[in-house]
Amino acid sequence: MSLESLRAANNIERDTTWAEMSFQDRIDTAEFRIHERAHITVNGDSCRGCTTRECVVACPANLFVPTSDGGILFNYENCFECGTCYLVCNKEGAITWTYPEGGYGIVFHRT
Amino acid sequence: MTDTDVIVVGAGPAGSCAAIAAAQAGKRVVLIERGPFPGSKNMYGGVIYPRILDELIPGWFEHAPIQRWVVRRSTMLLSDTGALNIDYRSNAWGQAPYNGATAYRPDFDNWLAQQAVAAGAELICSTTVTGLLRDPQGRITGIKTDRPDGDLTASVVIACDGVNSFIAKEAGLYKNVDASNYTLGVKETLSLPKHVIDERFGVRDNQGVDIEILGGTSGVNGGGFIYTNLDTIALGVVLKLPKLSAQKKRPEEIIAELKRHPAIAPLIEGAEVIEYSAHVIPEAGLDMMPKMVADGLLVAGDAAALCLAAGIWLEGVNFAMASGMYAGQSAAQAITAGDTTASGLRSYTKKLNETFVLKDHKKLRKIPHLVLSDRVQHKYPNFVTGIVERMFRVENPNPKPGVRRILREERKKAGISLIDLVRDALTGLKGFG
Repeated sequence: MSLESLRAANNIERDTTWAEMSFQDRIDTAEFRIHERAHITVNGDSCRGCTTRECVVACPANLFVPTSDGGILFNYENCFECGTCYLVCNKEGAITWTYPEGGYGIVFHRT
Repeated sequence: MTDTDVIVVGAGPAGSCAAIAAAQAGKRVVLIERGPFPGSKNMYGGVIYPRILDELIPGWFEHAPIQRWVVRRSTMLLSDTGALNIDYRSNAWGQAPYNGATAYRPDFDNWLAQQAVAAGAELICSTTVTGLLRDPQGRITGIKTDRPDGDLTASVVIACDGVNSFIAKEAGLYKNVDASNYTLGVKETLSLPKHVIDERFGVRDNQGVDIEILGGTSGVNGGGFIYTNLDTIALGVVLKLPKLSAQKKRPEEIIAELKRHPAIAPLIEGAEVIEYSAHVIPEAGLDMMPKMVADGLLVAGDAAALCLAAGIWLEGVNFAMASGMYAGQSAAQAITAGDTTASGLRSYTKKLNETFVLKDHKKLRKIPHLVLSDRVQHKYPNFVTGIVERMFRVENPNPKPGVRRILREERKKAGISLIDLVRDALTGLKGFG
């Protein structure tokens, strides 16, 4: 039996076993009931001096986007309300974090 | 006269058990939930160990909406190409009195909250608590909510508002909040037909599998997990927060790499992501716990950092249910006795100290740090898989190298000094009690 057919027979070491997913498709699997009030606000001026930008890498919903002028663009709508951003942020006052209005925000179903 | 006797904030496992316990003791209870239904804000990487419910809900296993009973418990060490799996199976765990179960938290938490309603508690959903009410002496007397005229007074407030607990923080019970005490859990719920899951994982009916993974997190300190539900698989990673950004890898990329690992890929082939989720976990145990009692206030569950992340033991829902139950009982006793100051509520911490809730945490105090330490995270998986790889690779015509030689060479290759190895082994032996 050739190595190739052995691998095929045993289902191992394939290059792709599942289709890569776009980030938007990933986020679209979760339900967000969006309220008009932003429950998290980001003070772009504070972000301008920040070199670490932990939020950009860590936010699981990828809501922090660096801008070309050194600031941060933030959108609250697809937020998991996990708290990662304020925990990793090292700029006092850059992130104002509250929970959304009752009944709004992330709604999990099979988690 | 207060609006009610006990206000419980958060209808997760801690809050619902607090509400059941206080209602069973004859108190008026209001259970407040910010989500549209209990469990809608909750996810875990997890297994529920529900035996603590015997006291509050006899016969719970006849009704609780679980997915599968865990009969296979695996601990997997991953190197880039290898995997060592230590797998224990016990079909007895799939029968009464049962052990661990997989469940969807929106199902399980909702069911548990309905048990509180059945016990007499009033459940109010879609209501976010925005702050605490205090009397002129500073004693907590109730809550503010985002409802019009939404203030509510009570003799005791029980904060079960989860890992971010703004109530415990507002009450000044957390000394400091350090990101390194937390991990981020991200998870994919992957759909596959039930018979495919049964075949791939060697189980049938409602038997399930729990696989905990060390290594495979792309150089970020943390771990991975796989749990079987009836017709989905929960797969995810837990990532130590401050280290996450240093690696410049986003959470979903780390999941993607884990899914590509040769030991994982065949398990999930063809599965489709039907729900992505994320949540923060309080991981540092005793070293991060807040004060859990103030005048008119008790704190339970994740809000009190009562989550056990001790390597081979990863438990949270049972700690939440137990601490919630004891908080509800203590609140009821204190109200009956007419003293709901911190001193009147002291029976709560006494109970936590006398039971597994704090006993397990005290016994395993050093383990969370050891498990998330750089050596355990980045050197030991390669060291151990390297040993096993060479022990079972037959290199004829060369003779077997001998175990001692393999150990020495693999230890050097992994860059672990003998002194560190001995030190970690002792910490582990002592720490696991």
